[in-house]
Amino acid sequence: MERLAFLLATGLARGAIFALFALSLVLIWRAARIINFAQGAMALVATYLAFAVTALTGSYPAGLAAGILGGAAMGFVVERGLMRHAPHHSPLAGIIVAIGLVMVLQSLLGILFGAQYRPMAAPFDQSPIFVGGVPLLSPYDLFVLVTALGVMGVLALLFTRTSLGLQLRASAFAPEVSRLLGVRVDRMVTIGWMLSAAVAALAAMLLIPTELGLNPHSTDMLFVYAFTVAVVGGLDSPVGALLGGLTVGVVMSLVTGYLGSTVAPIAVLVLLVTVLLVKPGGVFSLREARTA
Amino acid sequence: MNVPTRPRLLPGLTGTPRVLVLAVLLTVLAIGATFLLDPFRNFQLATAAAYLCAVAGLTLLIGLSGQLSLGHAALMIAGGYGYALTSNALTDAGIDGVPRFVASLAAGVLTATLLGLLLGLAAARLRGPYLAGLTLALVVAVPAITSVWSGVFRGDQGLQTAYNPVPPALERLIALEQWQAWVAIIVASVVVTALALLRRGPLGLRMRAVRDDETAARLNGVPARRVKVTAFTVSAAGAGAGGAVLCFVTQSVGPGAYTLAFSLLLVVAAVVGGLGSLGGAALGSAVIVVLPWALNAGTAALDLPADLSQRLAGNLSLLVFGALLIAVMLLRPTGLAGLATSWRRRGTGSGRRPAAGGSGPAAAVAGAGPAAAGTGAASAAPAPAPAPAGTGAALSDADATPDVARSAATEPTDAAAHPRPAGTPASTDPSRTIPIER
Repeated sequence: MERLAFLLATGLARGAIFALFALSLVLIWRAARIINFAQGAMALVATYLAFAVTALTGSYPAGLAAGILGGAAMGFVVERGLMRHAPHHSPLAGIIVAIGLVMVLQSLLGILFGAQYRPMAAPFDQSPIFVGGVPLLSPYDLFVLVTALGVMGVLALLFTRTSLGLQLRASAFAPEVSRLLGVRVDRMVTIGWMLSAAVAALAAMLLIPTELGLNPHSTDMLFVYAFTVAVVGGLDSPVGALLGGLTVGVVMSLVTGYLGSTVAPIAVLVLLVTVLLVKPGGVFSLREARTA
Repeated sequence: MNVPTRPRLLPGLTGTPRVLVLAVLLTVLAIGATFLLDPFRNFQLATAAAYLCAVAGLTLLIGLSGQLSLGHAALMIAGGYGYALTSNALTDAGIDGVPRFVASLAAGVLTATLLGLLLGLAAARLRGPYLAGLTLALVVAVPAITSVWSGVFRGDQGLQTAYNPVPPALERLIALEQWQAWVAIIVASVVVTALALLRRGPLGLRMRAVRDDETAARLNGVPARRVKVTAFTVSAAGAGAGGAVLCFVTQSVGPGAYTLAFSLLLVVAAVVGGLGSLGGAALGSAVIVVLPWALNAGTAALDLPADLSQRLAGNLSLLVFGALLIAVMLLRPTGLAGLATSWRRRGTGSGRRPAAGGSGPAAAVAGAGPAAAGTGAASAAPAPAPAPAGTGAALSDADATPDVARSAATEPTDAAAHPRPAGTPASTDPSRTIPIER
């Protein structure tokens, strides 16, 4: 029972990170109708930057800020430099370019920093707090939950309450009409990519202290999990990303806790196949969006 | 049709006999080449031939049916385990030699085909990114699957198989590596020939139609879902054969060799070679075998510090492959195969680069239907309207019988290999436009 409570609590914290990363995939999907397979690798570059800045200044917030800005810069460079020039009539061309980018970024990181895991310190204690004798969340998990949910709230406000948000949504849903009405659609797509990459970088930076450490492949599984989350939630739905993320986080935590960490990837596969076969539009999506 | 063609090999042959004769010729040439190579080169040749089985299937899947799989390594490993388990069972039963190899190969192909059928059933419901994500999750789960059922798959260690010696009749003539290269070449040529015939035939045409415009294809009576499932299954069979041959060559199969990176490498080979082109698949397979080795030899010769050369090992080739993938996709989506055709065209005096028109091959194939039925030369038909014509052209064509459409589209594939006369509009030819259009 204690173990169950502990697994549920850590599952929620981990799920918040998956949700945040999945939200970044949803942001790009909504802005550019593409699933960015390079999202994990781009976030990793930003995390290496954050790691370097933290090591240089000794300040975690400085590193976090540098990582988020670095993530946004990655988004800008990748969108303007690569994705804009990918052939647009085929969704596969964008995916293939993104896969090439993953290979380039990961191998560059490998060449520059080597394959060893660099431990990344968390700003808060990672040992769980006991509530009535039951081990629950650690202070760091609480920090993760609050940050992730806070960022999602800010993004929700941005999209629903600001003029920029309105323009972003308009250019995602009806680019031609928006262009006629004076919205700079190309700029909105770039902003969407920057926002998305910054959110992904934040998610990666929150995750890595709880894992083995920083390595050129640290975000591989994060991407696979987050992709599952986005599919489970429905790629068009930020709420789906949040609920899907928490669900997948708890499921993974329970599977890892009771069946072992090797089984987790199989659980992801089973979940993905089940959702795609039963409800290809995603659990939280109403539209039939994925079949031709 | 009387399109002037460049002087080509065996001008009198066309259609299926031509494919078969060329296949036999190329196979004999490749087998002859093994006599010129040292054992290590023969091993590399055998590996490239094994990769070719998988890459040929993948290039057909992506290029012709427009489905992207990042999980072909998983299908290869299924073939490898099918081969190894059967081979070990037969060894225990006292069977060896050629019967053991053939039965194991068949088992490997069958295993991968069944897995491919399951994936294909899911794939038929999905579009590009979803299928890519599903196959990605599959290949990531492979090590977990082998260690959870370690009783059968032996976890990370993988399975060892007994090796197949050179048959006694050839023992004095060739070395083991050369024999293995022969077997790999023969299996690869059977796989590639089968795929080439399929590509020319009605199924190839239907795959193209579904890729270009699924709705239009359905209106023309093409069973889109069945075509997609078939494409995936056939492609999986190729990957299974590749995995089985690789297991035959290395006498082992395990998850260590079939990582996500390897799966992406197969995509690189297919894209760099030129999507949809089987000759390109052969070039791409050779590139992914030779390039890492050449880069390693290059960095070893540079006498770098131990630390740096250790970090370069593996990473450098991945970097080059990733950059190649991006460059090909952005600059020349037809890949090496397309490069070869445009050089050839320059050689015959028509140096004009094809206008990479926005018109989808769907519109081209569907729109060229009546024209081709009339003139019998789809490649000489005037360029149809730009992109948005897709559905319209298909609708106006809805009454075209499959036979008309078939004759229309088998023509361009053949013509694709030849240069067109100077000044002929280029954009009707499906092979000229980007091969993976939706």
